[in-house]
Amino acid sequence: MNLVEETLKNAPKTPAQKYAAKDFQSDQDVRWCPGCGDYSILAQVQRVMPELNIPRHNMVFISGIGCSSRFPYYMDTYGFHGIHGRAPAIASGLKIARPDLTVWMATGDGDGLSIGGNHLIHICRRNLNVKILLFNNQIYGLTKGQYSPTSEFGKVTKSTPFGSVDHPFNPLLVALGAEASFVARTLDRDPKHLQVVIRRAAEHKGTAFTEIYQNCNVFNDGAFFTYTEKETKDDNVVFLEHGKPMIFGKEKEKGIKLEGFTPTVVSLKDGKYSASDLIVHNEKDTMLSFILARMSSIPDLPRPVGVIYAVDRPLYEVEVQRQIQQSIQKQGEGNLEKLLNHGETWTIQ
Amino acid sequence: MNKALKNLDEVTIRFAGDSGDGMQLTGMQFTSTTAMLGNDLSTLPDYPAEIRAPAGTLFGVSGFQIHFGSTEINTPGDACDVLVAMNPAALKVNIRSLRDGGVIIANSDGFNDKNLKLASYEKNPLEDGSLEKYQVHSVKITQLTHNALEDLGLSNKITDRSKNFFALGMMYWMFSRPLEPTIKWIGDKFKKTPEIVEANTRVLKAGYAFGETTEIFAARYEVKPATMIPGKYRSITGNEATAWGLIAASVKSGLDLFLGSYPITPASDILHELSRHKNFRVKTFQAEDEIAGITASIGAAYGGALGATTTSGPGMALKGEALGLAVMLELPLIVIDVQRGGPSTGLPTKTEQADLLQALYGRNSEAPIPVITASTPADCFFMAFEAARIAIKYMTPVILLTDGYLANGAEPWLIPQVDNLPDISPKFRTEVEGFHPYLRDEKTLARPWAIPGTPGLEHRIGGLEKQHITGNVSYDPENHEFMVKMRQAKVDHIADDLPPATTEGDEKGDLLVVGWGGTYGAIRTAVENKRREGKSVSHLHLKYVNPFQKNVGEILYNFKNILVPELNLGQLSKLIRAKYLVPAVTLNKVQGLPFKAVEIEDKIDEIL
Ligand code: SF4
Repeated sequence: MNLVEETLKNAPKTPAQKYAAKDFQSDQDVRWCPGCGDYSILAQVQRVMPELNIPRHNMVFISGIGCSSRFPYYMDTYGFHGIHGRAPAIASGLKIARPDLTVWMATGDGDGLSIGGNHLIHICRRNLNVKILLFNNQIYGLTKGQYSPTSEFGKVTKSTPFGSVDHPFNPLLVALGAEASFVARTLDRDPKHLQVVIRRAAEHKGTAFTEIYQNCNVFNDGAFFTYTEKETKDDNVVFLEHGKPMIFGKEKEKGIKLEGFTPTVVSLKDGKYSASDLIVHNEKDTMLSFILARMSSIPDLPRPVGVIYAVDRPLYEVEVQRQIQQSIQKQGEGNLEKLLNHGETWTIQ
Repeated sequence: MNKALKNLDEVTIRFAGDSGDGMQLTGMQFTSTTAMLGNDLSTLPDYPAEIRAPAGTLFGVSGFQIHFGSTEINTPGDACDVLVAMNPAALKVNIRSLRDGGVIIANSDGFNDKNLKLASYEKNPLEDGSLEKYQVHSVKITQLTHNALEDLGLSNKITDRSKNFFALGMMYWMFSRPLEPTIKWIGDKFKKTPEIVEANTRVLKAGYAFGETTEIFAARYEVKPATMIPGKYRSITGNEATAWGLIAASVKSGLDLFLGSYPITPASDILHELSRHKNFRVKTFQAEDEIAGITASIGAAYGGALGATTTSGPGMALKGEALGLAVMLELPLIVIDVQRGGPSTGLPTKTEQADLLQALYGRNSEAPIPVITASTPADCFFMAFEAARIAIKYMTPVILLTDGYLANGAEPWLIPQVDNLPDISPKFRTEVEGFHPYLRDEKTLARPWAIPGTPGLEHRIGGLEKQHITGNVSYDPENHEFMVKMRQAKVDHIADDLPPATTEGDEKGDLLVVGWGGTYGAIRTAVENKRREGKSVSHLHLKYVNPFQKNVGEILYNFKNILVPELNLGQLSKLIRAKYLVPAVTLNKVQGLPFKAVEIEDKIDEIL
């Protein structure tokens, strides 16, 4: 037993507790701009956490830098506000050292996809059991309004007065390309759906990557309103459910059909097509996941929202632990005396 | 034929050839056999940055120097007595390290037209008389190797590859060393390919027999064992010692070791070594980059591991921001910089001491970090251990500076008793009552280490300025200044916990030579030589650069002159002048090579 295990075994116990959302609220004043989408994300996370039945003291929220990265301060769990872009690496180190902990990460489009892009892809490929919430507001908020790696081409901001000439990233494709085992998208202004996806991410064993469309009402107000507001949402979002055909529209009158590899919108009203012609969502289908993630680059297609992809594959930290156990079995527990004296030695009388 | 044995006190040999010729391996075998005979020794591998540089080229030359003797040996030797050159390029690159009158053993088969041209020799130096101030022995090493293996039916390529063992065999004969340790080693190393075992063993013996039976070598030498402290020894390189020091600290502290690291020359061997010892519960994480290496280690330390990261200069530069984070978080972290020639990519395989100021100051704002250094390959063990002790006790990142010369150099090491290693006893906070993340221990000024998983201690930390005691984010001007000073005071106070600095030589005198890090051996040798001549000179070697030990000033003021030799343009000298206001004279060398003792001796003569 190492000192961590020994200490935690002997630490004074707190009585097992049934948590409520407020138990996850820290005593710090929340400092986001009034009206910011971050409030909703925080509230939904705090609402879902009690359901997980994990003691608060076994949870750690880790972040980088940016508006989203203030998140850990507001959670009454262990929290670690890191440096810009490095949250995935910090989380990796912690999770490898302490697989017993439940580790969540809050990041943004700048933090996660620009300065921290390298770490983000590598945590996905390694498949550590860390839950990543990427707040995508398509703008730099904390530095006051420059375009971000997800801002659309032509975006006029303080640093691009003539429009951005950068082509944006598609966060879902980045995660899928990086071999993430769980990839989802949800909306800050749809609390119910947000909760569903947070729950699914929590249940997933492996790196769970969730893109959350988040409104920055100060610097990029309404960026996602087409997908989040009542008037337009139904016609522009398709909610994915595993095993169900892809139907959307105010009156559920439209569907997504595959023409070759290209998804197209078909009407279910004129009798030409029925639900059986549509794509049936399959979270385990790798090829489909790329097609769904790609849909946001094709105008006129609705945005798929929900769990795009979820498969099981070996966990990095479990493999690390397995090698350690194997090596102890084979060689016995490490013995310092033996290490220093092994191999060629000689004695001077 | 029996040749008279001549006694020598010390000898320096350099093996040189193509990077594919196995010169490092040859040198290391000679080293371990020599160590087992009880000689004191020091080695210097000198290899190119290119993995497989084109054969025969000047930049593809790989060398290995060993200095051994019956007396105390502190450096790999200023000049060689014997140079083994497998081809013209090896001769050209290394001839300047051979003393006048020294012995050259050249593989004459390697001196063909093509190789001569590659080494820019117009005529064959073995034949044109240009080497007349040396004793040249041309040996058809390749041919003799082929002869020895004639009946084995091996390919030319494999046969050629054995020729370094012929050279090794000759050297074993010349310096009266036994073959058995190497024969045993060959058997272990190549046990999957019995024909290679047979080939290498035969060639080794053939080389030895060649020395014995031919007339060409005038003399055979003996180097008696050195008088060394009795006990059990092993040979160890700096990188091995560093890795083992970390393991020892992990065992002593009860903390699992976590190494986050990105491969970089010349530090990678620490990562390699540690990744072999999983039964010590060592977790090695080969990160995606240098920044991930250190930040993962910080994450692990936050969780209660002994977090470490290993790198070299360019990697250190990348870790700067994360080092600041570790300062702010006040978590224990060991950062090892195996210095190499710079700036930028610089000279990856060569040594230098020019990261000292980077280690002290290479971060934004006031970010004090203890900096300690290792003086010899084996000392890396103790200093890695010491880095862990300080890091844990004071809840701070600690930087350990070693260098390429220490990392790859080897020396005999009196194996320490595990029980005699200093105590490291970390404590995690579990008491809920009165817990504040930044409420400090009155004596050490360390904050409590409260790891996730501890009931009731949920708290948040981060890179934003902390409020004293509560650790909450604070933008208060007075608090910021207070915390800046507090972090500095914590590091300064570590001086109270350090053993006093001691001089080698006298405590007072005309000249004090002050060094740090890998220059220890050269300075020690130079100072001893000059003291033997009756000069009033002493040696102070600083292992702690931040903070300095408390009595350093006192020692400096006892000398009329101060000389600071460094493998940089004068970094320790700046620190000493600034802190102690003494007129330190500098001796600087930045050639990617260690000091020769004679270079320091000349400077001492100049001053005294
Ligand atoms: S700047 Fe934008 S993202 Fe940041 S807190 Fe304000 S509204 Fe939210």
